[in-house]
Amino acid sequence: MITFLELLVNGISVGAVYALIALGFVVIFKATEVVNFAHASLLLAGGFVVAKLHPSIGFWAALAAGIGGAALVGALIEFLIIRRANVAGHSVLAIVTIGVDILLVTELTRQIGTDVLALGDPWGDRVLHLGPISIAETRVVALAVAALLITAFLLAFKYTGWGVAMRATAEDAETAALMGIRLGRVSLGAWAVAGALAAVAALFLCVFPTPGLDRGTTFAAMKAFPAAILGGLDSTTGALVGGLIVGVTEAMMSGYQNELAFLGRGIGDVAPFLVMTVILLIRPAGLFGTRELSRV
Amino acid sequence: MSRVILWAAGAVLAVAVPFYLEGFWLQAGLFAMAACVGAIGINLLTGATGQLSLGHAFFLAIGAYAYVYFAAEPEGDLGGLGLPTPLAALLALVAAGLAGGAFSPIAGRLRGAYLGIATLALIYLGQHLLFNAEPLTGGYNGRAVPPMELFGFVFADTPELVIFNVPFGALERLWFLGLAVVLVAAWFARGVLRGRPGRAMNTIRDHEIAAAVIGVPVGRYRAGVFVLSSMYAGAAGVLLALVFQQTVPEYFGILLSLDYLAMIVIGGLGSVAGAVIGAIFVSLLPQLLTRYSEALPLVAEPGSGGVSPAEAARILYGAAVVAVVLFLPGGLLGLAARIRATVTRRVPPPSLTPSPDSPRS
Repeated sequence: MITFLELLVNGISVGAVYALIALGFVVIFKATEVVNFAHASLLLAGGFVVAKLHPSIGFWAALAAGIGGAALVGALIEFLIIRRANVAGHSVLAIVTIGVDILLVTELTRQIGTDVLALGDPWGDRVLHLGPISIAETRVVALAVAALLITAFLLAFKYTGWGVAMRATAEDAETAALMGIRLGRVSLGAWAVAGALAAVAALFLCVFPTPGLDRGTTFAAMKAFPAAILGGLDSTTGALVGGLIVGVTEAMMSGYQNELAFLGRGIGDVAPFLVMTVILLIRPAGLFGTRELSRV
Repeated sequence: MSRVILWAAGAVLAVAVPFYLEGFWLQAGLFAMAACVGAIGINLLTGATGQLSLGHAFFLAIGAYAYVYFAAEPEGDLGGLGLPTPLAALLALVAAGLAGGAFSPIAGRLRGAYLGIATLALIYLGQHLLFNAEPLTGGYNGRAVPPMELFGFVFADTPELVIFNVPFGALERLWFLGLAVVLVAAWFARGVLRGRPGRAMNTIRDHEIAAAVIGVPVGRYRAGVFVLSSMYAGAAGVLLALVFQQTVPEYFGILLSLDYLAMIVIGGLGSVAGAVIGAIFVSLLPQLLTRYSEALPLVAEPGSGGVSPAEAARILYGAAVVAVVLFLPGGLLGLAARIRATVTRRVPPPSLTPSPDSPRS
């Protein structure tokens, strides 16, 4: 029972981090209808800046720089490539982001090499004891920060001018443009926000118990894709629920992998994709996605 | 007339190559041929029908491993059926097709980039299976591939064979098998694209609702094209296994799928020629860079800390994907058409779709 509770809390915490990544992904999709396969590379870029800068300027400044850096990379991708790509289909735009991903990931993993870079976070490997349950402090912080950011984001989405502009664009880009919303600025903002969220997520994917930022970090980031699609690509609620489902399933299946040995080693890593496949079989548009209807 | 001469020249060149080039280039060429077959398959799906797939590597793996399983004799822990190799190759295609069919409830219902994310699952599930289903796949170390044997002719280094004073080893023999496979694959895909199914696929890509209104069964077509493209991937996998002579599970990861997408974007979406050009470009680029890394600026030898040839190649074609979409709609094929047009001073129709003046069936 105690193991179960620990796994559950860990799962929720990791899930909240996945939700941050998935949220950025969904925001980009809503604002620009681009499925951004370069999302993992945004995350890697953010984490890399933090890892490289923290010895010289301290952790908090490095974190700020990492968030700013990832936001900048996101904005640059939008400004230099997505905006200028003159293509008919959105699948082709998705492939462009794959091209960007190949570029960024190759260069960053080359820089990282075989090292495991520490991010210099202040929490270290301290463990918190809540009655019989012990949890890594980083996991608690991750959960709190993710919850805070997600709440702030959803409020901003609902009440600020930027949020309204974003939602209007998602609803009907042409009408929104006629009403005076600057579409370029909306999509630029979406990419920058997604980059920033990814950088925060990078921090929490690389702290204790994970050893640090290495070539495998992109793989961890990949698990946010099932989170986004099983919740429904155009739903922010979906991203949250999807992230939690993925996080908890992964934690449970890794935690009980001795009981699940018949499924093979490392089943926890594959679990998110299994869940996604099952959910897509039942609901092709995801749990909260709008089913597409068209009137002819 | 000029067309006939071009084809004849191409045929002579293709037949002459194994007599002159060394093993390194033959192997590179064979990889390119396997890539051509796979790229034609994914171009049917992504280029012509607009359905993104990141799961292509999974079907290549199915083709390669199914061939090994059907053809190999059981040995120790490793299972095998020991069937005749041509039959094993055919069954491998069927297996890839069945795997594609099993995914069709998703492949038929999801559209475009959605399918791209869903197919990510195939890659990770596939890797999990390759590493864990050891009696079938040999786990981490992979399995040795039994050589192909057609009507008593073995595609391997033994028995020795010398033609015109050139020793014909496995690579030289496979070269002709590869050529045949590429030709059949290209010819079949061309038929699909130019006939009724091709038009239906293009309509689904361009306007799904219009396609449905005309009476194209959209879901069934999507699922069907997915199966067809997985069978192409299966064929590519068999060829690749024969060239490698050993299946390696790590090879069939996400990067391989991305390579295939890069091929069709760089070459030109939605046509057979585009897929072939892109496949040759993407698969020969790393080999070229590796071979001439000493002579090239900015590219270091592997392991010396600089940009290794493989990394340089990835960066180059990642950039090429972006550049093509920004500046070269239609890919290298479109570029070729444009150059031809400037030379002959004719204005061609912008051809993103395969030529509309092709004969109707």
